[in-house]
Formats: sequence, structure tokens, C-alpha cells
Amino acid sequence: MPDFHLTLNGKSRIIKVDDGSTPLLWVLRDTLGLVGTKYGCGIAQCGACTVHLNGAPIRSCLLPVSAVDGEEVLTIEGLANKDGTLHALQQAWIDFDVAQCGYCQAGQIMSAAALLEQNPNPNDMEIEGAMAGNYCRCGTYNRIKAAIHAAAVMISQRGSGK
Amino acid sequence: MKKPPVKPVFSSLEALFDEIDPSGNNSLSTAVKTDRRTFLKISGAAGAGFVLAFSLGGKVEAASSKRRAELNAYIRISPEGSIFIHSKNPEIGQGIKTAMPMIIAEELDADWNDVKVEQSPINENIFGRQNAGGSRSIASNWDTMREAGATARGMLVQAAADRWRVPAKECTTEKSFVFHKKTHRKIPYGDLANEAARLPVPLDGTLKLKDRRDYKLLGRRISGVDNYALVTGQPLFGIDQALPGMLYAVYEKCPAVGGIVASANLDAIRRLPGVKHAFVLPGNGNEQELLPGVAIVATSTWAAFQAKKQLNVSWDESGASKDSWGELEKRAQALGNQPGKETLYEVGDVDAAIQSSAQSIDSFYSFRFVAHASLEPQNCTAWYRNGEIQLWAPTQSPGRGLASVANTLGIEEDKVTIHQTRAGGGFGRRLVNDPLCEVAAISRHIKAPVKLQWTREDDMTHDFYRAGGFHSFKGGIDSAGKLAFWQHHLITFSHDGEKPVIAGAPRQPAHEFPAQLIGDFRLTQSMLPLKTRCGLWRAPGSNTYAWALQCFLHELAVAAGRDHLEFLLELMGEPTWLPPKNLYGLNTGRAADVIKLAAEKAGWGKKLAAGRGLGLAFHFSHAGHFAEVAEISVSESKKVTVHKVTVAADIGPVINLSGAENQCEGSVIDGLSTMLGLEITMENGRIQQSNFDTYPLLRIRNAPTVNVHFIQSDNPPTGAGEPALPPLAPAVCNAVYAASGHRVRTLPLTKEGFFT
Ligand code: FES
Ligand code: FES
Repeated sequence: MPDFHLTLNGKSRIIKVDDGSTPLLWVLRDTLGLVGTKYGCGIAQCGACTVHLNGAPIRSCLLPVSAVDGEEVLTIEGLANKDGTLHALQQAWIDFDVAQCGYCQAGQIMSAAALLEQNPNPNDMEIEGAMAGNYCRCGTYNRIKAAIHAAAVMISQRGSGK
Repeated sequence: MKKPPVKPVFSSLEALFDEIDPSGNNSLSTAVKTDRRTFLKISGAAGAGFVLAFSLGGKVEAASSKRRAELNAYIRISPEGSIFIHSKNPEIGQGIKTAMPMIIAEELDADWNDVKVEQSPINENIFGRQNAGGSRSIASNWDTMREAGATARGMLVQAAADRWRVPAKECTTEKSFVFHKKTHRKIPYGDLANEAARLPVPLDGTLKLKDRRDYKLLGRRISGVDNYALVTGQPLFGIDQALPGMLYAVYEKCPAVGGIVASANLDAIRRLPGVKHAFVLPGNGNEQELLPGVAIVATSTWAAFQAKKQLNVSWDESGASKDSWGELEKRAQALGNQPGKETLYEVGDVDAAIQSSAQSIDSFYSFRFVAHASLEPQNCTAWYRNGEIQLWAPTQSPGRGLASVANTLGIEEDKVTIHQTRAGGGFGRRLVNDPLCEVAAISRHIKAPVKLQWTREDDMTHDFYRAGGFHSFKGGIDSAGKLAFWQHHLITFSHDGEKPVIAGAPRQPAHEFPAQLIGDFRLTQSMLPLKTRCGLWRAPGSNTYAWALQCFLHELAVAAGRDHLEFLLELMGEPTWLPPKNLYGLNTGRAADVIKLAAEKAGWGKKLAAGRGLGLAFHFSHAGHFAEVAEISVSESKKVTVHKVTVAADIGPVINLSGAENQCEGSVIDGLSTMLGLEITMENGRIQQSNFDTYPLLRIRNAPTVNVHFIQSDNPPTGAGEPALPPLAPAVCNAVYAASGHRVRTLPLTKEGFFT
């Protein structure tokens, strides 16, 4: 059984998986019990499975766990700040009551978090570009946009923290 | 396997449709009357605080079923000051878990921050109807919830008055405190919990419900009670459930519904990595429960998915669907030129009106099947032990689920326990409990806890689809430019040759728009044979009738040279309620008000650039009056951009403004996503679309601005989860006409060469 080493949500982990071609999504969910990352399509169309790989948003449903050996992975469970307070995006998602069913929202928030890292003050077009890979079947797109704008303001007011 | 007796009453989607959408019943009974004597206070062990139990929703069916109206919901106030409120209905994204407790908290004068919502277990004997469907949860429980909150408040006030030795009527309440302002004293509810528990429940007529104008919580924007858990990725959904020693299953069914397993390479599958079991289930003869198929059980979801790809089944398709959309469409087009086979409703003399009207136009509308495609693919977790089964299920109809599982396993319902999980979207798909039945049969076979996970492909190709269909119209205008007659031939499908597929035709044709409003009207129907499974899809029936009806009405307005707004208002006429005082009947006064409001807010009549247009549509469904105006552009190359949709709604007083607005925004975007480019087609019984690459939902860049305006009338509150959807498609198509002169008569829009 091959072992894979990764830094997961800031902690170094050794993961035992029978089959190195198993997508990261299923290792997170079935092996590690981190079920915040969701399965929606398995073909990189819906974005429900979005996590960060070395800070960049990726679709974990198609990425074999062997490909993340030695890398840094961040999931929704590790997004909150170190002091336990919510990431500005998580707070904005609550403030704007974004979710309907909520199933897509972990993926949405992870895509948005990567965007704000790159671009702390995105305009609508830039948001649409960064969020293009995330479906919301319930149609909460307008609230997602509003919450990202609000989180950007929150982050700039808090200074360097999120 | 021994076949258990089939009890169709519990699995029939039609029966469920009656239950969730009373507009299709003749009885049209809507009111749930509460009697305060049915409230019961349960003061548990000393110091446990105050519990007021009451009954929600169970009474409507009391006479017609074995279900008893029992106490099924409660408010519990702990001495520490937490206020627990029970939520008995499934949460599928419609916000009920937040809205229902808000109603109680309002009358209780509770501080919303003190309120904790608990999800109840599934037992329809105790809890009455437990469904999420038909946008009915609020309407049917409004009075009971208000009375429950007011009763608890009254008892807390009495407890405070007794302690202070002052008259109860001098006491006031606010934010979980009782006040005696004269003496500047206050006590938190928690401190009164044990004393209140010892008091008798107040008599009828001694409590007053609040006036709507005094609401502090209702009508505000309140963030959903599960939001913190959602944004931190906690395990809320069906797919997130895990049990000790749990295995992972997939279930392969025939791609053409009705096929049975002839043989499969089970031995080869059993040798694949991680695979523990592979076996055939024969099905139980009920396509809403357990179809025949092959189960593969493995040590992980991925191992099961991989093994499924290697599975080779030879299907006996002698009894399977051979449906072909292309064929069906051709036959429907031929039928469109003929009179309908049967008359569903007729009033006046249409034939005479056709002869005498100044002008008449004919039009043929066609729309395709669509899937539910909730983002969480179907799944369920189960554990069968010692003749009993527990299930963790993301379902919209857990009560029906109990019966379906019991029927599938041939066991009594009291041996089945369902734990409700949050559901990643429902839209009507999860009213059918086939994944529960499948996993129940699999868990019993392997005698182990197991999670069944459908792939997206399973989900899309084994849905209960919203049926496609066709409308052939003839409508007339008199010499004064008024609507003279309306003849409508509906072409739908039938599984048995006798009745239309579910939601394929209006169940109360006399109440279907515009039958109630004109003198010479005829609705006829023809049906084509179909095997493809059909189901209930957000705003069943209305989601397609509204499109055809409200577009054709616009065609008539254009033919008459009239402004659409003015034409529509003229049709509504004087304010009338049809039938009177019936929540599920059209009220033309409320209709006219929302139509005018939508038009005003959208700037109806304003000057627009070339290629830009406004389109209007109204529809009444699920007790909600909704009018919408879409502002769009159409380019020379037929690129459609929807800029803004204005929604005007009357659903009575709004409970949670944030939730209601979210439902309206979501309905608009769902409606738009569906009408722009979604279709399910079948060939040789096989569904041709299997994942989001061939069934592309709308993405964020195509989401229009949505402005929602509520008229908060004094009528009882009704749901917002469905009625905002039907007017969207006709509003957009009418706008396409205004912008480009092109009349859309086929959905999705891509069929007429449009793109986004
Ligand atoms: S599950 Fe990965 S993109 Fe849909
Ligand atoms: S909130 Fe349901 S899919 Fe986005």
C-alpha cells in the first residue's frame, strides 16, 4: 500500500491508499473523513469538489492522489483563520445568507478564496471569470457575487488578516 | 427472493401530488384549524425547564388515513435560557428549517439568538405529513405555529406575574425577557421555565395573536440556521454520512427503463481491487422503489465506481422502453393539426366564436423533457440488522420513504427508521425514494452498513423527468381588439393509455388560466404512449403551461395591436376570487396588483435601444401570484443576454425576507437555466444526456440581476419555493419577441438557434 505525504490544512499527513490513482476527492471524503469537499459530477464541470493545491483552486474529482504527493492541500475545513475566527468569505456567506441547499457552497468559497488571494479587490467580471467553474444548481450566483465583494472589503479593513 | 406484496398507494407519486398540491383536489381544503386544547405542556423531570408540545400539519389527513393528529412539535425552554424549537419537515434548500421556527419565535417574543432548531425524526404517525413539496409547509402550519408561540409566551408572562404578584396584563415581553415596566423589573425566560411548566395551558380566547404591523422578527432578513455548519464544511448532507465498518455501493440499472438483468460478469467484478460483493437484485415490480439491477459493494466509493466501469450486463429489454424523442415529436406535430382526442373542459360556444371573431391565429408550442439534476447526486446510507433497518436519507418525502422501504423489504413500517439529512437540492426528484429502497435491499443482502452512491450519470439517466409536451392553440380577437375565444389542444404522454403522465395535463382544467376568465374556451387533449419515467419538477405543470399560455396570450395582444400590459389587465377584469376565499384559487385583484407592480418597477414602456426588449408574464400557482418582467438583448447573430428580471409577488406576509428573496432569485435562475439550454432526449429508451457536459446548467456570468418586490397582503402566508419559476420563461420569450421580432415556440431556446 503506497504512502503519500502531504500538507493538509496546515498539518503534515501520511496517507495510506490502496490505489494511487484514486482522485483526491475520494481520499479526502472516504479515507480522511473530510466531507466538506463535495462530489457533483466527477468530470471537472461543476466545481463542487474545489480545493486548493499549493494555493491554486483545483477540481479534486479528477486529480489522482499520487499527483499531490509532497504538496500542500487546503480544504474548506482548514479555511478558517488560525485563531478560530471564520475567513472573511465564510463570514460574508453567513451575513448574505448565500446558501439555499448549500451543497455547492464549499466549492464556491474555495474558488473565491483563491481569487481573493490573487486579487484582493476583484470587479464583477473578474469574479465571473474566477467563479466560472462552479455551478450553483439553486441559483445563488448573485449573492455569491455580493458576498465576495463584501469579503474583499472586510479583508482590506482588517489589514493583512482575513 | 420472495416478492413482497405491492402496496401501490404508498408509492404512487400521483397520491403524493394530491397531498402536496391541493389545487388538484376537488375538496380544495386548505385550512388547518387548531384548537388550543390540543396543546399540551409536558413538564418533565424537575428542573428540566418548560416544554410545550403541539400538533403541526397532521390534521388535514386525519379523517382519511390512519394517521392521528398527535402532538408532534414542541418548544422547549431550558433553565439556562436556550429555546429549542422542533422542525419536522425536510430541509432541501427551501429554508423551512429557519422559517418555521421564526414564526414561533415571533409570537413567543424570543430573542432569535437564543433559538436552537432541532430536526425531528421521521414518524408520520406522530408528526403528520413530513414532505417538502408543493410550497405548502408554511401555509398549512401558520396558525398552529403562531398559537404555539403565543401560548408559551402567555405562560411565561403568567409565571413572572405570579412571582412579582402583579397582574399579568401589566407585563410585557421582549427578546426572551418578561418586563414589568412600572417597577423596572425583568426576568429572562430561562429563569421562568420551571415555574411556567407548572402552570395550566391558557384557555381558548385568552391569548391574542400579534398584529402584523407589530412584527419584530417576521419579514426581516434572517440568515439560515445551518449556515455556519455549511460554510465550515460540516457533515450535513446525505452523502456525508458514515457508519462504523461502512461499505460503499453502486447500483447499475438497465439504461432503458423496464429492462431486466439477463446475465453479468459478476465473477470478474468480484476479483477487482476493493470489491467485496457483486450480485443481482431482481427488483420488486415497482419502478418507484426497486428496479432490477446489479449491486457492487466495495471498500471505497472510488473502488465501487471503478468496478462499475468494468461491469458488463446483458439486459433483457423485451419489456423495456423504446421511446424515441424524434419519433414522438413527429407524431405530435401531426396531431397538432387535428382536434384533440378528448375534451377536458369547455365553456361557451367556441365553434361559433371561431366563425364570428374578427381575426384568429394558430400557434404550436413544443418543449422537451428536463432532469432535476440536484447537485448532490442521489445517495442513501443504511444498516439492516436483526430484521430492522435504519436509513440516513436526503429525501423530500421521508414519510413515504418509510412505506416504500417497508414494502421493498416486506417488513412492517415500525421496523424502519429514517434519519433526515439535509438534501443538496430536491426540485421534486427526492419525492421518489428509489435510492432508499435500493440501499435497503443491498444492506439486507450483505448484512452490513453501506452507503449507496449514484454517479452523476446514474442520476441523470435514471431520473423521473419533467415531461416534455406540445400545445396547439387557436385564439381569436373580436372587432374591439378583445380576446374573443381560446382553443387549446394539449398533446402529452401516457404510460397506460388512460391518464396523462404526472403533471402532463392540468388536474383542474376549469381552474387553469385563462379558462376562468373567458366566455368561449375549449381545452382538449391527446396522448402519446411513453415508458420514460416522469415525475414532479419544481412547480409541476405550471412550469410549462405558464410558458405556452403566457406566450400565446402575448401573441394575441400583438395581433390585436394592443399593449401587453393593458391586454393582460383587461383580461383580469374586476377583482374576483375564483373560487372565492380559496387560497389555491386565482384572485384577479391580487393578480392585477402584481402585474402593475412588476411593470412599474421594470419601467414598462420605457425607450430601449434597438435589439433590447422587455417581456412580461404572469402566472398563478401554488397559491402565489407572480408577475415578472425580463429585460434582454438579442444580437444579430441571435446571442441572448438577459440583463434584469423584475419579480413582483404576493404570497401574503413574508416570513423570512432573505429566504423568500433567495427562493425567487433561485427560481428565476433555475427557470432561465432550464429554458435557455436544457433538454433530455431519448433514443431507443436510452437517455441521451448523462452529465453536465451534455446538460449544461447556467453559469455565473449568465445570471441576470434579479429584483424582487413583495406585496405583503393580509392573506395567509404561502410558499415561495415554486411559484416564482413559471412566469420566467414566458417573460423571457416575450422579451425576445420585443427585442427581435422572433416568436419563440420551442424550448429550450437553443433549438431555435439562440445562444448565450
Ligand atoms: S465533482 Fe469535481 S467538478 Fe464536479
Ligand atoms: S446552494 Fe444548492 S447548489 Fe448552490
